[in-house]
Amino acid sequence: MIELVIAERCTGCNACVEICPTNVLAPSLNGPPEIAHQQDCQTCFMCELYCREDAIYVAPDCENPTDVDKDEIVASGLLGEFRRNHGWDEWAADPRFGNEHWRMESVFLRARDMAIAEAAAKRNSAQQ
Amino acid sequence: MTRTTEETLELNADVLIIGGGLAGTWAAAAARRAGATVILADKGYCGTSGVTATAGPGHWWIPPDPPELRENAIANRRKTGFGLNDAGWMARTLALTWESLPTLAGFYDFSKDESGAPQYRALRGPEYMRALRRLVESLGITILDHSPALELLQRPDGSVSGARGIRRQKGGDWQVNAGAVVLATGGTSFLSRLLGSHTNTGDGYLMAAEAGAELSGMEFTTYHTVAPVRSTMTRTMSYAFATYYDEDGAVIPMPPGPDTMRPLARALLEGKVFCDLSRTPEDIRAQVPTISPNFMLPFRRWGIDPYSERFEVTLHGEGTIRGIGGLRIVGDDCATSVPGLFAAGDTATRELVAGAISGGGNINSAWAVSSGQWAGRGAARFSAENGSASGGRPIGQASLRPASVERDIDLSQALLAIQGEMLSYDKNIFRHGSKLKRSADLLDDAWANVDAHARGSGDTRLRTRETAAMLATARWCIASALARDESRGMHQREDRPETDPRFNRRILVGGLDKVWTQSDYGRALELAS
Repeated sequence: MIELVIAERCTGCNACVEICPTNVLAPSLNGPPEIAHQQDCQTCFMCELYCREDAIYVAPDCENPTDVDKDEIVASGLLGEFRRNHGWDEWAADPRFGNEHWRMESVFLRARDMAIAEAAAKRNSAQQ
Repeated sequence: MTRTTEETLELNADVLIIGGGLAGTWAAAAARRAGATVILADKGYCGTSGVTATAGPGHWWIPPDPPELRENAIANRRKTGFGLNDAGWMARTLALTWESLPTLAGFYDFSKDESGAPQYRALRGPEYMRALRRLVESLGITILDHSPALELLQRPDGSVSGARGIRRQKGGDWQVNAGAVVLATGGTSFLSRLLGSHTNTGDGYLMAAEAGAELSGMEFTTYHTVAPVRSTMTRTMSYAFATYYDEDGAVIPMPPGPDTMRPLARALLEGKVFCDLSRTPEDIRAQVPTISPNFMLPFRRWGIDPYSERFEVTLHGEGTIRGIGGLRIVGDDCATSVPGLFAAGDTATRELVAGAISGGGNINSAWAVSSGQWAGRGAARFSAENGSASGGRPIGQASLRPASVERDIDLSQALLAIQGEMLSYDKNIFRHGSKLKRSADLLDDAWANVDAHARGSGDTRLRTRETAAMLATARWCIASALARDESRGMHQREDRPETDPRFNRRILVGGLDKVWTQSDYGRALELAS
């Protein structure tokens, strides 16, 4: 569930309010958007992807809120990691974060070939 | 800053698309390209809503030449689909998917392989849905975000002429009068923790049933996907290298191949199940963050190294998402049996292409791309032929216009009741006639209560309606599972372990107060070939 909108980083663009598919956030008059309906958060991490300032932290627990220490999270380096690995915004031209999603099929094939090889090895050792 | 207003935003269009996920955006584009004016209403935000945005569909993707490639794929799928799918629908789905994806160049930045060839087959979810939103916007389609539909409008002649809903962020209601409507509201996993699924509550099924539509294949709704406990992360690729352990640390034997659901469910009924991904080759570990950037998020944030440490796992139900059932399709333009009402993606039955087993990501996404466009064009044609909208009245019943005295309904209790029947491995994966009958009785009682008394208001209006939709859907699933008095594909009955040739046909289901089932005798759905 979403836990933090970090005021020091937030520019108040309200992109997260707009793109949250379950309408968890609400704009506030002055300051960062308010996490108005945390229980409706579906832990999809989309708000992090659409936050150019890396001001949002979503905890992976989708069942219950998590106690998080803001300073610890800021220091952890976790903020913005998702957006960077996606190669979004300023990371789009960085060759380290190119979109390799198309390799998924070859990964499945590797797994299948490994399983076939392991099964064959097992059969061989059983025969010996 | 929620504005409260009683005002209704009233708009007119040739075609209304309800749902802005994979199928809905393709439908909107196709309807507009066919010359219709189009409005797309999404429950959340078109671009992040739905199960595609958080995933990464690799489409069913087979080159047209040599022709044997597709012929063989279709023949193989006919076998694995247990005879419920159709060669004609599969061929046209493969053909349209192949033509469609390259047209997204300019909106989606297709990766190139080592030889420089663009890779069209598999698209990353957030980028894919962002591209489709841009496509829809570029075509001049009006998008209503945060605008869930609650009910359809229907004319006295039975044709559908639009819908009404809520403007969650702007306040007030909306009404779109349209010449035809495409339902692309997705399937439902009954609010399991499946990634990205919480806007998918079966609303389209309920709205269509109120207009008189029927469904098909609702018994094929037992699919579950593995995820770390307390997480939504149902991305499956890395589990191809998984080793599973019971509470004592013993390896749980898995059959060869990708089908690990049933052994995992058996183990989970016995106790906790743990997993590690230590068999993952080093080079693939390095690529995972740029293949599926969200997969590692829970591990990184919990400080777990899944390649060396064991973590507890669970199974999240997929309902009709990676299941098969949905609205019955009666024409090659994805028309439902209600005039002016079309269905696409997971809102439609995928038996036509997938048969009795899950279409997985590949077939289901190819179906969404294709059925979306057929439905969009079909709706544009219907609207052009039958004139623009007028004279429809809102027809929503359960939770909107209670049959009896309005009374408070405990929505969380109702949801627990639905989930208890639809997400329990014991009742749903390992089905049994007597357990299904108990589920049917319990859900009938719950429905009677909601139908008679529920009326959402204010903030609970949407959730009350969603609960009614999930409840109706659950009843259709259970009734179909009882009617299919055999085991076939993903539908496995412990009391009927054999596949029975008498059931080599699709099962239709419908009805609200009283649920009915019947066989389609395999005729009405066949394409002329």
